[in-house]
Amino acid sequence: MASRVSALAKPRGVWWEGLGRDERLWVWLTVIWGIAMFLMIAFVWPLIGEEQNRLHAYRVDPATFASQAEAFIQQYQIGQRDGVPVVAPPPGGDVYLDARAFAWQPVIQLKRGETYRFLISSRDVQHGFSLVMPPHSINVQVLPGYVTVLELTPEKTGEFPLICNEYCGLGHHLMIGRIIVTE
Amino acid sequence: MATAATMRRCEITGLSVDRSAERLIMLNAVTAVVYLTIGGVLALLIALTRWQAVHLLAPQRFYEFVSTHGMVMLIFWILFFEVAGLIFASTVLLSTRMVIPWLSWIAYLMMLGGSVIATVLMLSGQATVMFTSYPPLRAETPWYYAAVLVFAVGAILAVVHFFVNIVAARLRGDVGSLPLFTFALMGAAIIALWSLLSGALALFPVFLWALGVIPEVDPGIYRLLYWGLGHGAQQVNLAAMVGVWYGLASLTTGARPLNEGLSRIAIVLYVLFINMGAMHHLLVDPGLGTWVKNVNASYFMYAAVMGSLIHAFSIPASMELALRERGYRRGLFEWLRRAPWGEPGFAALVVSMILFGLLGGISGVIIGGPQVNMISHNTLLVPAHFHMTVVAGTTLAFMGIAYYLVPLIFQRQLLFRRLAQWQPYVYGLGMLIFGIGMGLAGHWGVPRRHWDITFSTAPVLGVNLQELRPEIAVFLAMMGIGGIIAVIGGAMFVAVAVATVFVGQRTARPAVGRIVPEAFSPYPAIAGGSGEPAAAAAHRTFEVPGTLVISVVFLILFIFLYGFSWFELSRVPWKIG
Ligand code: HEM
Ligand SMILES: [Cu+2]
Ligand SMILES: [Cu+2]
Repeated sequence: MASRVSALAKPRGVWWEGLGRDERLWVWLTVIWGIAMFLMIAFVWPLIGEEQNRLHAYRVDPATFASQAEAFIQQYQIGQRDGVPVVAPPPGGDVYLDARAFAWQPVIQLKRGETYRFLISSRDVQHGFSLVMPPHSINVQVLPGYVTVLELTPEKTGEFPLICNEYCGLGHHLMIGRIIVTE
Repeated sequence: MATAATMRRCEITGLSVDRSAERLIMLNAVTAVVYLTIGGVLALLIALTRWQAVHLLAPQRFYEFVSTHGMVMLIFWILFFEVAGLIFASTVLLSTRMVIPWLSWIAYLMMLGGSVIATVLMLSGQATVMFTSYPPLRAETPWYYAAVLVFAVGAILAVVHFFVNIVAARLRGDVGSLPLFTFALMGAAIIALWSLLSGALALFPVFLWALGVIPEVDPGIYRLLYWGLGHGAQQVNLAAMVGVWYGLASLTTGARPLNEGLSRIAIVLYVLFINMGAMHHLLVDPGLGTWVKNVNASYFMYAAVMGSLIHAFSIPASMELALRERGYRRGLFEWLRRAPWGEPGFAALVVSMILFGLLGGISGVIIGGPQVNMISHNTLLVPAHFHMTVVAGTTLAFMGIAYYLVPLIFQRQLLFRRLAQWQPYVYGLGMLIFGIGMGLAGHWGVPRRHWDITFSTAPVLGVNLQELRPEIAVFLAMMGIGGIIAVIGGAMFVAVAVATVFVGQRTARPAVGRIVPEAFSPYPAIAGGSGEPAAAAAHRTFEVPGTLVISVVFLILFIFLYGFSWFELSRVPWKIG
């Protein structure tokens, strides 16, 4: 067995040796644990979980996205809240969510138990979609020039604040929107 | 060996010290501590702002200071200290010469110039873009980007010089196998090289865009390249910290790594796999496919996690072995009880390992999974995680080794030893409270980099998050109070370091506490170790039963918290995807 050397000193001679019993045991435990975590992420959760990371994305010209979002608001607007349009898209339909410094547009009213496809993008800088439902939150990144596509199914009624969690300028803390879920 | 007047022999360690290397180590270390001090003052102010009940700063000041704090701490404090470490490991520790002193001078001056300009611009509100500088948010002045680039090129030169020193020492025959400490720093240097290149590739187009030379930069591609730096840099810190851990273990307990080869393989795992984990910053970005995320962020990352788990075992194991050899053999843990808890380096090592492992490492693996990331991305849980790694872990480890290297390199008597003895505990306690508060707030959905979660000034749709769940106010208070304690702990370190450097008594034989000076000698002449095949008999049973027990308990806790995170994900009241 080679003799052991301080970490601060130059090792002399041959220091390579096989693993002792203790090390072998620990290395096996770490390998097994690493594989277990990989299986959980790649295969187990995708089978059993209800919260999946299946984001899609496509590129878009920010101006095009802005006009699509405007058209969406025109079509489904049902009212106003604090001067912000409130829309009620059809169950199962697309929801355009338009981020800009420093607002989320529109306020969205959804039906519990229905699945909606959210199309989220920014007109200017990067923003962070953060739907807050303490003690949890759902967060995705929003970039100008890309649409983040995310399917969401609300299963609880109520009002959910939508905040921005990517720093987007000096008014970052003013940026807030709302998603309302009804029966 | 060419020991001219340019070299001195250290009377304590027996190492030959190149005077020009020594001077550059001093400069880089002092600069690092200056940045740590600036960053610490800012830390206090922003922590007291996020403590919603105090809410100290005005919004613009807050964002300026968060930007500056992140840059000054994560980039400047850490990198200047690491450059000092790289010079130390590639010259002093090998008793060899610094090959091209002027290259290190140029590197230092570029890093200094770039960092001073960037700091001034950030503090004066001309670059309030956070250290991540995501386009298309644009700094007021393009020179901010130029300053960061100059700093990065300086750092690249410093890393290159490290390799030059090592290759030259090799060619001169001054060194065969590298000491493990130097080997770990070499791992860090390799990662640093490609991280810094990736960062330069990200920032250079942004500089051109800010100048108006090119019309736009793609924010998605910027993020990919940027995190090649941002994530890689953390692995630099990780590898450097691990090197320091091994060093402190040898210095304070006479530890000799259980299995030299295994420890080195674990470092190679970092080099090979960690940068592939870079995409865990992009798990909820548009543009990356599910399998890229799964493979990159989990499988390759876990190969690197395995490296860390190996070190987490090897380091306590080697200390256990050394202390057992000294006669503390009773039961599982007599060695632990008899360990030098009053020695600042040992205290820093243990606190750093516990907080890094339990809070930093586990939280990182948890939020680094593509699914759980959806409930943690950009919440306060993220800075909570990295304050446990790079602050409670790396920064504290660096402070620990400074208590020995400062007296030895500056040849001064360490002042305020009592303060130094308590410092790691105070700092660790503060970070523990701070981190738990911040992490829980983040889990409850509180965003990072945010001035006001009560939305008291929002023109429309305002909601007070603290009213949704009053416990959030408690978490934020913990963050504030823990922050105050941690800043006091940081100030204790700065006091010891500054006092020692400027008023400590000059001496060729500074008292450096209860260390094991033989730790620097190539022969296994450490306490009780006689060099002959010592532990052959011990191999029939477990050699380090205490460490095995600790490690298995740690793994069980890891498994529990990991499982709990999935449970929490399953409780999100919306279906996703
Ligand atoms: C006494 C110690 C410290 C305290 C109390 C502290 C406190 C804080 C606080 C309150 C934030 C803002 C979080 C937010 O609102 O998003 C922050 C951010 C940060 N801190 Fe610290 N910090 C400390 C030390 C350090 C050190 C030593 C480092 C690096 C080595 C560091 C690196 C960072 C970074 C990178 C950020 C993120 C900035 C950003 O989001 O752009 N901190 N810290
Ligand atoms: Cu925003
Ligand atoms: Cu924002």
